Amino acid sequence: MKKIPPAVFKPSMLAGPAIDQTGVEERTARFTKRSIKAVSKMQGLLLTLRMIDLTTLEGKDSVGKVEQLCYKALHLHDAFEGLPTVAAICVYPSHVRTAKKALQGSSVKVASVATAFPSGQSHLSIKLADTRFAVEEGADEIDMVISRGKFLEGEFAYVFDEIASVKAACGAARLKVILETGELGSLDDVRKASQLAIAAGADFIKTSTGKIQPAATLPVTLVMLETIRDHYYKTGTMIGMKPAGGISTSKLALHYLVMLNETLGADWMDPHWFRFGASSLANNVLMQIAKEREGCYQSANYFSVD
Amino acid sequence: MKKPQNRISVLKTYKLYIGGQFPRTESGRSIAALDAKGNKIANLCMASRKDGREAIVAARAALGGWNQRAANNRGQILYRIAEMLEARKDQFIAELQLQGLSRVAALAETNGAIDRWIYYAGWCDKYQALFSTVNPVASSHYNFSVCEPMGVVTIFAPTSPLLGLTSVLAPCLAGGNTAVVIADEKRSLCAISLAEVLNSSDVPGGVVNILTGSKAELLPWLAEHRDVNALVYTERDPATLSSLRTRATGNLKRVIHWPYTNWSLNKAQSPHLIMDLQEIKTTWHPIQQITGSGASY
Repeated sequence: MKKIPPAVFKPSMLAGPAIDQTGVEERTARFTKRSIKAVSKMQGLLLTLRMIDLTTLEGKDSVGKVEQLCYKALHLHDAFEGLPTVAAICVYPSHVRTAKKALQGSSVKVASVATAFPSGQSHLSIKLADTRFAVEEGADEIDMVISRGKFLEGEFAYVFDEIASVKAACGAARLKVILETGELGSLDDVRKASQLAIAAGADFIKTSTGKIQPAATLPVTLVMLETIRDHYYKTGTMIGMKPAGGISTSKLALHYLVMLNETLGADWMDPHWFRFGASSLANNVLMQIAKEREGCYQSANYFSVD
Repeated sequence: MKKPQNRISVLKTYKLYIGGQFPRTESGRSIAALDAKGNKIANLCMASRKDGREAIVAARAALGGWNQRAANNRGQILYRIAEMLEARKDQFIAELQLQGLSRVAALAETNGAIDRWIYYAGWCDKYQALFSTVNPVASSHYNFSVCEPMGVVTIFAPTSPLLGLTSVLAPCLAGGNTAVVIADEKRSLCAISLAEVLNSSDVPGGVVNILTGSKAELLPWLAEHRDVNALVYTERDPATLSSLRTRATGNLKRVIHWPYTNWSLNKAQSPHLIMDLQEIKTTWHPIQQITGSGASY
């Protein structure tokens, strides 16, 4: 078996175009003005459901809460036949085993945050141990956070090495790298961090932890999608994208899908390459689907509490 | 010599009132507001079903805060509405006259509305004591029945543009409900001006939402909306009433019919109108006798 040489940081990995913030904002504003017809809307809503990483990342998470969330992942709304399941459940490492057991036999993946989530303020050895623990417990995907402090200090090599070591610790699990764009200063930083993460071995790049405001926004996501596109043009390798935090309405989710389709194209319109990190989005999408089916506006009272 | 007209008058834009904001309709449609002679006096928004949906979302979000407020505080806010209305009386009288009321009738309509806000301001913290009960039961329980607001109420406003609107809105708010009002189609100017009064009277955003437009177009959507708890209808069209009752069955909404024709009468104001928009919750609380004297807690 061919041994992959360890990746080494090179300053050229950060070379990229300067980001025109006004241009990005104007471009994203246009994604919100597309006319989507009823049939496409329904397809978009169902695809959104399939792309959701149903998430609970609270200090108060318990076995019961995680089991309940897993049940929801498999039974989004039993009153309607033929609904898909969500893509994955996203939990803390200590709940991976519970989730794995609850989701046995289904195609729903278990994603686990790791590396001293959400701040990432810990020693590398602890972050690696955190990652290995989650993988050993059965996590299919690891959501790591980068050291934003080091990134802002300009210690790019440190951040690069950290991501590369976590990637090595992941084994077969897919690695999502959270940039926490709300803590990066500018869209230029977002571009730089995206390139760094991809070069260091990220399978997915992800906007936010959901613990910081602002979380995912259309402009930040567009910059990341364009980084993925440039990487694809250069290398032919596809990288996944996961906006997380603050996407709670179907309308906004559809705006994201429009942006995805117009930036990366139909190949990425699949849960393998695009995810929504969200907790309340699922119910909102279900209410929209119910509205299309029943012809009247819905109430949250008739959908499961999550 | 006649003085030349050298200034173009600035006509007011009447927009919708949703969630404490004055947005234009998302549909971009407008309707002409006409004066009594049929001349166009302003453009009004013609609300779409999506505006209706936004209004319901705003009303639902505002419900918890409004109904958990101390009852006397709700009374203070209703009183404040009356004060602000009094301060802007001339505007309402002028608007009513523009829409065809005589000076006397316009004055009576405005004064009546102010007095009605005061009337219901007083009732805010009193109807509970009158209508709640401690019930006699045959077991060791205290048994209470207390009033609770129904929730989000959709009001199809009466044709009386200010007094009638106030007479249906005030009991709804006094009881801790939030409202989405579909203004009368022919005379909707005062409804939006009233929104400006509400907006400057400490009424939290979303507690009252006011839409102008076609009643026939909005009615099915709002009557079938699963997040609406009650409908108030004031006209006497049996077909509309029956349509409301049918459409309300999806989530068992209450349909309340207040078919008053003259809102200036005293019988058009009553704490029973507050009660029409209340649910009764009964609670059983176990009691135990702890001493020989029969004292209990």
